[in-house]
Amino acid sequence: MCGIVGLYLKNERLEPQLGRMLAGMLEVMTGRGPDSAGFAIYGEGDQTEFKLTVRGTELDGLAAKIGGEVSEVRRASHSVLTMKASDEERVRGWLAINRRDLAITGAGQRIELYKDVGLPADVAARFDLAGMRGTHGIGHTRMATESAVTTAGAHPFSTGSDQCLVHNGSLSNHRSLRRMLEPQGIEFSTDNDSEVAAGYLSWKLREGANLAQALDASLEDLDGFFTFVVGTESGFAVLRDPISCKPAVMAETDDYVAFGSEYRALVGLPDIENARVFEPEPARVYAWERN
Amino acid sequence: MPTVDLSQETRRDLNTRLHALSAETNETHWRVESPEGQHALVAGLDVPITVEIGGHVGYYCAGMNKKATVIVEGNAGVGVGENMMSGTVIVKGDASQSAGATAHGGMLVIEGNASARCGISMKGVDIVVKGSIGSMSAFMAQAGNLVVLGDAGDALGDSIYEARLYVRGEVASLGADCIEKEMRDEHKTELAALLKKAGVDHDVSVSEFRRYGSARQLYNFDVDNAAAY
Repeated sequence: MCGIVGLYLKNERLEPQLGRMLAGMLEVMTGRGPDSAGFAIYGEGDQTEFKLTVRGTELDGLAAKIGGEVSEVRRASHSVLTMKASDEERVRGWLAINRRDLAITGAGQRIELYKDVGLPADVAARFDLAGMRGTHGIGHTRMATESAVTTAGAHPFSTGSDQCLVHNGSLSNHRSLRRMLEPQGIEFSTDNDSEVAAGYLSWKLREGANLAQALDASLEDLDGFFTFVVGTESGFAVLRDPISCKPAVMAETDDYVAFGSEYRALVGLPDIENARVFEPEPARVYAWERN
Repeated sequence: MPTVDLSQETRRDLNTRLHALSAETNETHWRVESPEGQHALVAGLDVPITVEIGGHVGYYCAGMNKKATVIVEGNAGVGVGENMMSGTVIVKGDASQSAGATAHGGMLVIEGNASARCGISMKGVDIVVKGSIGSMSAFMAQAGNLVVLGDAGDALGDSIYEARLYVRGEVASLGADCIEKEMRDEHKTELAALLKKAGVDHDVSVSEFRRYGSARQLYNFDVDNAAAY
């Protein structure tokens, strides 16, 4: 079990409501995953800036301690640090030396990534998801079956700049994939199989594939069952394994593309009555890219 | 006509009211509004009533159905009409995976497409799909008829027993022990009756279909395979 939701806006007039819409979808998926929840939002930002989402304790005044032109927005156990793009390396270096206790959950021009244990509605409220704006977002509700209920084990996983992945299913060859990817410079912060899938896609994207090509390649290289929803700075994609073990429903209108593990998650979306509602086919990549 | 609005009442209220009906009930035509993808709607009916559901439904809608006619005016989630025994279930939109799984009798009509494993382990139900069906459909199908006006995905009829499969379009591939079979007059008669019952006989001709069924090679252990174990 586990619940996945995703929302990709085509109409910018909906952008102020992205968080509210995603929060509603996430809460409906509580039955599929009451242990923990997480979400990634692609919000404000451009090429001149870089954002790091960090998770941990004693976050007060973090930006001031880092120094330079770093600003912070604190949300419960997470803080989003925004800096000049040219300052990324310095800030990462400072954190690596002075705050090794902090986890970097997301990094990129626009991505912000939050996760915590607890009921999805509580997690969403803790970070004020409903108040967030953005172009697209991905969320996950987890029912832990193979490993402990910890914040680190919650989805989404981000292994590359502005990239994130949520996964419903389990992978069989994640250990061997990890052994292949680590020497390629792909870093992992957990033992989770889903993080390996995220790392695999990051590696493919780094090697020049576009999002659809990276997912196509994963059909060859990943062994197991999965429904993935993937976000990049400008893209949104869905892929199910060839046996399609895990459920998936999509809805598309002129204004948005939405994904839910079940149709129930989509019923609160605007104009859903007139949306094209369909089940994504097995082993077929569905990808949307902003211009 | 009794109408149940699921934005006002719970699914359990609805199912309880329907289960309480006697065979002689005068409330023979029901309408359900705002289903909003909820699971197990109108499952376990056992009276000859008609229930219209005004929207998309979740998992196992009309599961275990007996005698009733259930009409879903939208898409259905996993396992619509699962284990139905008799009656009629009609889905106006698409059906998700495992439509009509293990169903023993009655008729399931899907006006859109059905996803993977349609009719898995079917045991006597008649399923008519106006669109196409996904992979692994009619897996281990034991009895009944699966009629598909569109195409079938990979591994159709894998490990099939005695169910009959009629497909008008392309079959991506046949599963183990499933073969194409001759369309004899008896099959044409049977298929024509099924199309008529499903209300699609005016659109299509039985001569457009091909029949598939069991080669019956997996029924008994083949001693030549002993070395494989």
